[in-house]
Amino acid sequence: MGNKYKHIGKPYNRKEAKEKVTGQAVYTHDLGLPGMLYARCLHSPHARAKILSIDTSKAKALPGVKAVIIGEDAPYLVGLYMIDKRVIAYGETRYQGEVIAAVAAIDEETAERAVSLIDVEYEILPAVLTIDESEKGEILVHEDINELDHMKGIFFPQSDSNIASWNRAKKGDVNKGFEEADYIIKNEISLPPVAHAPIETHVSVAQADPYSNKIKLWSSVQSPFATRQMLASALGIPKSDVEIIVPYVGGGFGGKAGLHLELLVVLLSRAARGRPVKLRATREEEFNQLPSRTSMRGRIKTGVKKEGTITAVEVYYDWDSGAYADYAVNVGKTAVYSGVGCYAVDNLELHSRTFYTNKVFSTAYRGFGHLETHWVIERQMDLIAQEIGMDPYELRMKNILKPGSRTISGELMYESSGSPSDCLNAVIKEIGWTGYQSDKERQAQLKSGKVRGKGFASLQKAPAMPSYTSTAAILQMDEDGHVKVMIGAIDMGQGANTVLAQIAAEVLDIPIENVDVEWDVNTSKHPYDWNTVASKCTFMSGNAVKNAAENMLKQMKEIASHALRCHVNQLAHRDGYIYHVHHKHKYIPYEKFSRGYVYENGNGIGGPLISHGVYMADNLTNLTPDTGQGMPALVWTFGAHGVELEVDVETGDINILKVASAFDVGQVINKKLIDGQVLGGILQGIGSAILEGYKFNHEGKLLNPSFTDNKIPTIKDIPKEIVPIYIENPQTNGPFGARGVGEHPMISIPSAIGNALYDALGINFYELPLTPEKVALAIAKNKN
Amino acid sequence: MCENHNSNNNCFEYVDSGMPKVALKCIVNGEKIHAMVDPTMTLLNFLRNDLRLFGAKEGCGEGECGACTIIMNGEAVNSCLVLAAEANDADILTVEGLAEGNKISILQEEFIEKDALQCGFCTPGMLMSARALLNRQPNPTIEEVKEALAGNFCRCTGYIPIIDAVMSAAERERKELDK
Repeated sequence: MGNKYKHIGKPYNRKEAKEKVTGQAVYTHDLGLPGMLYARCLHSPHARAKILSIDTSKAKALPGVKAVIIGEDAPYLVGLYMIDKRVIAYGETRYQGEVIAAVAAIDEETAERAVSLIDVEYEILPAVLTIDESEKGEILVHEDINELDHMKGIFFPQSDSNIASWNRAKKGDVNKGFEEADYIIKNEISLPPVAHAPIETHVSVAQADPYSNKIKLWSSVQSPFATRQMLASALGIPKSDVEIIVPYVGGGFGGKAGLHLELLVVLLSRAARGRPVKLRATREEEFNQLPSRTSMRGRIKTGVKKEGTITAVEVYYDWDSGAYADYAVNVGKTAVYSGVGCYAVDNLELHSRTFYTNKVFSTAYRGFGHLETHWVIERQMDLIAQEIGMDPYELRMKNILKPGSRTISGELMYESSGSPSDCLNAVIKEIGWTGYQSDKERQAQLKSGKVRGKGFASLQKAPAMPSYTSTAAILQMDEDGHVKVMIGAIDMGQGANTVLAQIAAEVLDIPIENVDVEWDVNTSKHPYDWNTVASKCTFMSGNAVKNAAENMLKQMKEIASHALRCHVNQLAHRDGYIYHVHHKHKYIPYEKFSRGYVYENGNGIGGPLISHGVYMADNLTNLTPDTGQGMPALVWTFGAHGVELEVDVETGDINILKVASAFDVGQVINKKLIDGQVLGGILQGIGSAILEGYKFNHEGKLLNPSFTDNKIPTIKDIPKEIVPIYIENPQTNGPFGARGVGEHPMISIPSAIGNALYDALGINFYELPLTPEKVALAIAKNKN
Repeated sequence: MCENHNSNNNCFEYVDSGMPKVALKCIVNGEKIHAMVDPTMTLLNFLRNDLRLFGAKEGCGEGECGACTIIMNGEAVNSCLVLAAEANDADILTVEGLAEGNKISILQEEFIEKDALQCGFCTPGMLMSARALLNRQPNPTIEEVKEALAGNFCRCTGYIPIIDAVMSAAERERKELDK
C-alpha cells in the first residue's frame, strides 16, 4: 500500500458516528407525524387453515380505531421472483404468524385492544412442515402454483408441486467422473432457519394521499428502489407516485430488503383516509411474521481419486423457503454457480430446489445462500479427507480455483480474480495447522475434561444479482469547495458512505472532511440503486462515485483550459487546485468552479458544478436453464477461516480460542471499517454455528420467537482472539482494485467450527446449530 | 395537537390505561421534571413520548436486548421494564446527558475512535451500561466490561471494538482525574 494513496486505505472514523453516540441519529423507529396513527396486526395461530369468517365489527366500534383491514380489502399479490404472497392472508393462511388483519388506531394500546376484538373462525388443515412432506406434494402449499406469475427463464416453478423453483447446473459427464473415482463419498448436511435479528425491528410510516395515488413512506429498508418497485407494481400505480425516505436503519442483514410492512401501512393509511400510519414490528413479529434465513438440506455425493482430485460432484440443495418464495428462490439459485465452493469441478450435476412449506417464509440473509452451501461443501471436504486419509488442507489445495481454472458456470479465473489459495495459506499458517490429531492424542486430552481442536474452511461469494444491475452517483460542489455525494444505496452501518467519501476525496484530492455522502436516501431525490445487498456497494457505488468524481475533474479542467488559456492536456490537479503542469503559478482553486467560473471583467463561463457517474454490471449473462452455464458473477471475493477451539467434555460447551480470517479484498479502503465487517460477521457466523435456530412443534408453531429462547451472541460469546488478514490482489475493474466483503466474514464460520470439532473430538457433526446439548450427547454416544 | 387526545403529545405511542394519573418528580439529565403520568406507562415511553428524548430505543420491550438502557440512581436499567411512576425522586441519565455542554464525553469519543458502533441502534444503551460501569469501577478488567455489557445486544460489531472503546475510555478518564 505504502503512500500510493492519500485517502484509500486510511482508517477514518465513520462519518455519522457523532450523531449515533449522542442519541441524535433519527431512525424510522423514532419518527412521528402530526395526526399519526399506530397499527397492530392479528396473526394466524395455525400453520395451515381455511379462514371461514372474520368479524371485525367489535374492533371497528372501539373508540379511537380508524381503520381495520382484512384479506379481502387487500387483493394484492406481491413477490420479487414468484408473485405468490397476499399482503394479508385471504381464504387460507399458510403459516403460523401470517397477518390475518391489521388495525390502525390513535395509539398502540387501542390498536392492540382492537386486534383482540377481532373474531376469526378457522378450519384447521393438515400442514406441510418438512422438505420430505413438501417433496411428496400430497398437499400443495400453493394450489394455484401453475398460475403464479414469476420471473420467467430465471426461476422454474414445477407444476402441481411445492417446488417454487428448480435450478440446475450440469457440466462434463458426471457418470464418467464417478467411474474414474477411487472413492465415492455421500453425506447429508443441513441447517435450520435463523433470524436476522436487527436491533431495530422492521418499522414503516406511510402517508397515502386520499385524493391521488401518491404515497409517501418512511421505512427501515435497505433497498428502497426495490421496495418502491414492488409496492408500485402491487398497487398498479406509477413508481413516480411512490416516495420512499430512509432515515438511519438499525441493522438489516438482508432482512430489510424487499417489501415487508410497507404495503400494509400504505393500505391502512388509505383506509384511514390519508392519515399517516406507523407500524413497528414487535420482537416476536420479527421472528414469527417477518421472514427468516432459509433452512437447507444438502445431499452431496463426491467422486475423488486416491491422490485427492475431485472427479465428480452430484448435489441436491433443497431449500425450505416456508410459505412464500420471497428472496429464497434467488438464494437457491446462487448454488447453481457457487455450489461447489472455490474448487474446480469438471463433472457436475447440481440441483437446487426451493420448496414451499407451511412455516414462516424466508428471505435474503447476509451471505445469501453461501453460509448454507458452504456448511455442506466445506464439511464435505473434511469428510472426504478423512475417508481417503489425506490432509484436508492438501485436499483443498489440490482442487482449489486458480488462474486458468473455470468455475462450475464456466467462468475463467484470472490473476485479478483474487486468490482463494492465498487466503487458505494465510489462515493455515496463522493457526499453525499441522494435520488432524491422532486418536491417541484426543484420548490423552479427553482425560483433562477439555479437548482442543483446529479446523478451517474456504469460502467464496459473488453478488447474486440480475445481469443488468446498475447504480449511479451524483456529485455537487458547494461554493466553499465541499462536495456532496448522492447515491441510492443505504449505509445501514456497514460504513459505505465513509468508504465512498474516501473514494471521492482520493479522486478529487481534497480533504475527507470536504466530502459528505448525503443521508436519508429518498427515491424521489436520490439517483437509482438496485438494492443495498450482496456486498456490492463498495464495488458498484464505488465505481459510480469514482466515475462521477473523475467527470467533475474533467469539467473543471475544461473550464480552466479557457480561463488559463491552454489545452486541457496541460492541466493537472492537486490539493483542491487545477494548475498548469509547467507554469505552476497559473492555478485555480476548485471553489471558483462551483457556481461557474467568473473572469475579472465579470464574464462567466460554465455553471454550477454537478457531475454524475454510473456503473452497470458488465459482461454478465443469464444462465442457460438446463446447465447453469454463463456469466453470473460480477466479482468474486475469496476467503478462508481457521479456528482453534476447546470443548468442555462434560457440558458440550464450545469455547472459541482463536479465529483467523483472510479475505482477498483487492484493496483495503478503510482498515477500521473493514475490521468492523469482519469482527461482526464472524460473531454472526458463530451465532449460526452454535446458538441460533428456529424450533417448530409438530403443528408448525414456532416455539422460540423471542431473544429469551432464540439467543443471539452476547459480548460473552466472543472468541478469545480474532486475527483479520487482508490479501490484496487487485481487482482490475474494482474502484482502486477493491472488492466487497460485507457478507463474507460469516460464510464458512460454521464449517470451520464443525471441522475443528472433528479434530477435537473425532466426531463429525452434520446439523446446525452445534449446541452444547448436541455436542455433549454426541460425546456421550461416542463413549458407548 | 392531536384531535383524539387532550394533550399536546401528537398521539406519540401514547399510553392511556384510563387509570388516574400519578405525579412524577425526578431529575433527567440534570433537569428537574414534574409530570403527571399514566401509572402503566413505562419509563422508556415517558422519556420518548413525554420528554421527547429519543436516544433510548425499544428493541424488544421485554428487557432482553438492552437498547433502552438508561442510568437510574447510578444503576444501568432497562427502561422498558421500569414504570415511569417508579422513577419518582430518581436521578436519571440518558445518552442525551452524556456530553459535557457541547463537548462529547471521553466515552463517546472512544466509541467513535474504536468504531464501536455500526448501525448505531444499540449504541445509546451500550454507552449507558458502560457509563454505569465506569462510574462504579473506573479501572475495570475486560471480564468486568463483559459482565456489565452482557445485557446489551449488538448484531453489528462483534463487541470487540466496544470492549476496546470502554477499556481505553477508562484509561483516559483515569488520566484526566490524575491531572
